[in-house]
Amino acid sequence: MTDPSANRERRHPAEHSAVNEPHAPGRFPSGSPDSGLSLTRRELLKSGTRGLGLLGFGAATGFLAGRDRKADTLWQINPDRCIQCGRCATACVLEVSAVKCTHSHGMCGYCKLCTGYFEPEPINLDEGAENQLCPTGAIKREFIEDPYYEYSIINELCIGCGKCVKGCNMFGNGSLYLQINHDRCVNCNICAISLECPAQAFVQVPVGQPYLLRGKGTAGK
Amino acid sequence: MKSMVLISPFARSCVFLIALAALALLAGMQPALGIERFPPPDFSGHAVPETVVPAPQSRSAGWFDVAALAAGLAAAAWLSLRSRSRRGIVILSLVALAYFGFWRRGCVCAIGSVQNIALGIANPDYAVPLTVIAFFTLPLVVALIWGRAFCSGVCPHGAIQDLVLVKPVKVPGWLDEILRVVPWIHLMLGVLLAATGSLFIFCKFDPFVGIFRMAGPRWMLVTGVGLLALSMFVGRPYCRYLCPYGVLLGLASRFAKWRPTVTPDACTQCRLCENSCPFGALNVPMPAQQGQERIARGRRRIVLLALLVPLAALLFGWLGGKVGIASLPLHPDGRLAALVLMQERGVLPAPVPEELTAFRQLGADRQSVFLKAGALETRFFTLGCWLGAAFGLVIALKLGRIFFPESSVDYATDSGRCVSCTRCFSACPYELVRRGVPVSLPQEGGRHD
Repeated sequence: MTDPSANRERRHPAEHSAVNEPHAPGRFPSGSPDSGLSLTRRELLKSGTRGLGLLGFGAATGFLAGRDRKADTLWQINPDRCIQCGRCATACVLEVSAVKCTHSHGMCGYCKLCTGYFEPEPINLDEGAENQLCPTGAIKREFIEDPYYEYSIINELCIGCGKCVKGCNMFGNGSLYLQINHDRCVNCNICAISLECPAQAFVQVPVGQPYLLRGKGTAGK
Repeated sequence: MKSMVLISPFARSCVFLIALAALALLAGMQPALGIERFPPPDFSGHAVPETVVPAPQSRSAGWFDVAALAAGLAAAAWLSLRSRSRRGIVILSLVALAYFGFWRRGCVCAIGSVQNIALGIANPDYAVPLTVIAFFTLPLVVALIWGRAFCSGVCPHGAIQDLVLVKPVKVPGWLDEILRVVPWIHLMLGVLLAATGSLFIFCKFDPFVGIFRMAGPRWMLVTGVGLLALSMFVGRPYCRYLCPYGVLLGLASRFAKWRPTVTPDACTQCRLCENSCPFGALNVPMPAQQGQERIARGRRRIVLLALLVPLAALLFGWLGGKVGIASLPLHPDGRLAALVLMQERGVLPAPVPEELTAFRQLGADRQSVFLKAGALETRFFTLGCWLGAAFGLVIALKLGRIFFPESSVDYATDSGRCVSCTRCFSACPYELVRRGVPVSLPQEGGRHD
């Protein structure tokens, strides 16, 4: 630290004369009564505005907080409005979207040729990656009895692109559909995907019923 | 069709399916609504699994966040006004950055809460979450009493920029004044779009949230890292030149009861603190004029403002209305109406937008779309005008302050711009004396011998 007194000489004279007066012996500018008056007036205005501001915040808070509120809500997709545009996979604030595919087995036809599982023109009807519609191989296909196969979603692999949902809805029963998974969703103020959704399929649901499940044999956990 | 040539039962069923679907589509049927085209089989020996969905995570964090915010604000106010400790503010910044930034991933944040409040006031059906109301109100109330304590070390956005500042460069005064208008534009646009329920731009274009989440679109990460790199040399660029909430905090802080002062004692104008503020928030003494001259100056100021305020309010109000109408397509209903109109006029670009596909698929109702868009347009226009007029008022008052700067006797932190970072304190020799550092004092004024 330099010696502060050395800097005294750096002031310019104009400042000197202007500034010296208020710093004369007394604590505060003893100058004209005018300046004393304006100080009080300014102080009065300031504290008046402050009081009004505090009152205003109080009133606004009361007004907004006292509003009739339902229970807290979470975001969810109404599967009946979804058109499987694919934006769910990319518009979420999370790196891997909170939207994933859900399967209502009770609605599923257990088709051998599942249009949610297979490419439109599969080379073979088997589990080869080249035949699958899912880009991450997130659907498991298991033989049950001829000609029925069971399909299940591997939740960790699903990216919510909705390709399988599109296939299933086009030609099948619509037992595959997209849902926001609430173990991952951070429940943003305004869901980022909801703003991009072309079908306005995003709704807010009560915390007690966080999923909009389809069909028979469904039970939200 | 390729599958025709394959003579296999699967291919045949495939063709059948495609034909069926085509028929369904041609008949204008709803393909989506879970029609059981293939009856679910009745298994004798196989249990059909239930639909499994992951359980929601617990949502109790909200009130803990509010408690953390209140504690942080109290700590920041105490550190910047009573204990005057820069080290304390740095530690607080680190904690806030870790908790509100990286742990809570920047979500629930006071900056974004402005939009919820705007939407809540405009739309009586929207109940703003109580935690969000608390995040909006608490920092502002604190600013009315103790200055911008929130900015100093509670806001993760402020903290991340403040902590990386290594070599502050002074932004030229004129550029600083011009750039400080940008947060107002940001605020007005954000309120317009939030209150109409279109878009939350503060969140969408938040530069640092990508860093907090370690994820996000590429442009977000690039701007975030770029702004952070800039913050190494330009103090808090987001806070000063972008932050919409900072505008409100600055306004509240102007009327604060107590605010940080450079010196713990009385200023002797030794000028040692002159360059200590990296944020351009330290005012040099501006001697007040006395007597006749002072009265004349006051008159000139009133005349200037009386001319400027209505002029600017009218001009920007008109402009705001234009901006409001131009923003209509940012609302989903406005966008849909615009697209429907474009399609009817045949000026739609080649791939049909998904919005129209959804509109047709879900049962088009042209009338209600245009009715909604019409009502929306009125709201956009009215709100745009008001916000524009308010912006005009701000510009007029800013100009007034540039031509007639406030007088001050001492070196003092700017009442609106100071973010209570406490950096300037250690430049003051009296502060060093208070801390017990042996320095010889300047003799000016003769009060501290």
